[in-house]
Amino acid sequence: MGHEKLSEHFLELIRRASTVLPRDVEEAIERGIENEGEGSGAASTLRLLLENARQAKEGATPICQDTGALLFFVDIGPDFRQKEVEAAARTAAAEATAKYYLRPNAVDAVTGKNSGDNTGIGMPYFHFDQMDEDGLRVRLLLKGGGSENVSAQYKLPDGGLKAGRDLDGVRKCVIDAVYNAQGKGCAPGVIAICIGGDRGSGFASSKMQFLRDLGDTNPDSTLAELEDRLMTELNELGVGPSGFGGKTTVLGVKIGKRHRVPASFFVSVSYLCWATRKAAMMVKGGEVSYD
Amino acid sequence: MTEIKLPVSADEIRKLKAGDEVSITGVMITARDAAHKYMVETDAPEVQEVLKDSMIYHCGPVVKKDGDTYSFVAAGPTTSIREEPYEATVIEKYGVRGIIGKGGMLDKTLDACGKFGCVYLSAVGGLATTLARSVVEVLDVHKLEEFGVPEAMWVIRVENFPAVVTMDSHGKSIHDDVARDSRENYERLVGK
Repeated sequence: MGHEKLSEHFLELIRRASTVLPRDVEEAIERGIENEGEGSGAASTLRLLLENARQAKEGATPICQDTGALLFFVDIGPDFRQKEVEAAARTAAAEATAKYYLRPNAVDAVTGKNSGDNTGIGMPYFHFDQMDEDGLRVRLLLKGGGSENVSAQYKLPDGGLKAGRDLDGVRKCVIDAVYNAQGKGCAPGVIAICIGGDRGSGFASSKMQFLRDLGDTNPDSTLAELEDRLMTELNELGVGPSGFGGKTTVLGVKIGKRHRVPASFFVSVSYLCWATRKAAMMVKGGEVSYD
Repeated sequence: MTEIKLPVSADEIRKLKAGDEVSITGVMITARDAAHKYMVETDAPEVQEVLKDSMIYHCGPVVKKDGDTYSFVAAGPTTSIREEPYEATVIEKYGVRGIIGKGGMLDKTLDACGKFGCVYLSAVGGLATTLARSVVEVLDVHKLEEFGVPEAMWVIRVENFPAVVTMDSHGKSIHDDVARDSRENYERLVGK
């Protein structure tokens, strides 16, 4: 597939991610409205979120002005070349900025100079996995700065939290991170956790958990149980939508794990705002489909 | 719902209480990290006049350019806490009557609100398309080239901009209340 055609597909993927709230997120917010109860302030805040999403979809404008960092998770078949895929995505990022689907959001780390088109050193971010069959599967996550700033990494044991090297220790870290975030990460958030790995891989793989459907069940029953428990407990914190108080502090909790070296036990907790912007596309035999 | 027309006096602002829902109409300015540093380190002559008795919106918008005219496409609040080291100085130095953002701010800003007659207002985070519709006109922009689109100081006219007073000029902060209440739940859950 030529550069121009592939860039067009990437542009559509970015448009969808930035302007259309995924169905699973919408449903989670609707469940939140039910739990908060009619007439409560928290329920009316949640309703505003859905109304904003409806307007964004209708006008193809960003759900949130912080269109974040573009994180592309790519499964690549033998008929595609990594460099060409990256080039097409970069062209699309610049084009999406020109079309106002994205805010110019890449600044030089030292000078602060904005590149103006969402490209720069390490931006967008790509993660590639090889597929055996032909084709290209791309999942895009737009990760805003507010939620990234409240993400946190812990090292067990943690004396302050009285958290040991076990699942209960992990549980305490997650509760600590969400408590500390209060309303600053745009609650209710989605919480993605990686148990283990090193400092770099821990955060990177926690983010891959955001790609899961909010309504799915973790195939690892131990982790599934912890997800359920944390979902209940985090919503007992009382932070609530926008941090104004309420029963809806998180929309989902997703946990993965990686092997670790015996000396290190990291718990990486990534926070994603309620405006969870993700979209996927499959390119195969010259055809594209989005979901 | 209390209607606030900008410019507004300190006396009017002191009537507001934490929890009040307001609807704001008038001219205000956006400012984030680079702008706050600039307002503290210099006298920011180009924005002095508009800041006096007006409000600062913590927002890095998506802005559409059409010929010589700009319009806001998406414009929700950004996290305010990053401006905590600067805000008290900005409030005092420029006579600002309101700070609009999300997530709340800390004691230094709360004290400045009481001392100089200012409030902190929360807009709902992520409400970018809805809030952009309240921004009816972009009047001017400062430091666009130097700071870039999100960080530039956009002078905007808003109509019926919805926000909630969450820190008032009488020392009350809803953010402190929620933090305290959730602290009790937190301690129960982690067994402290």
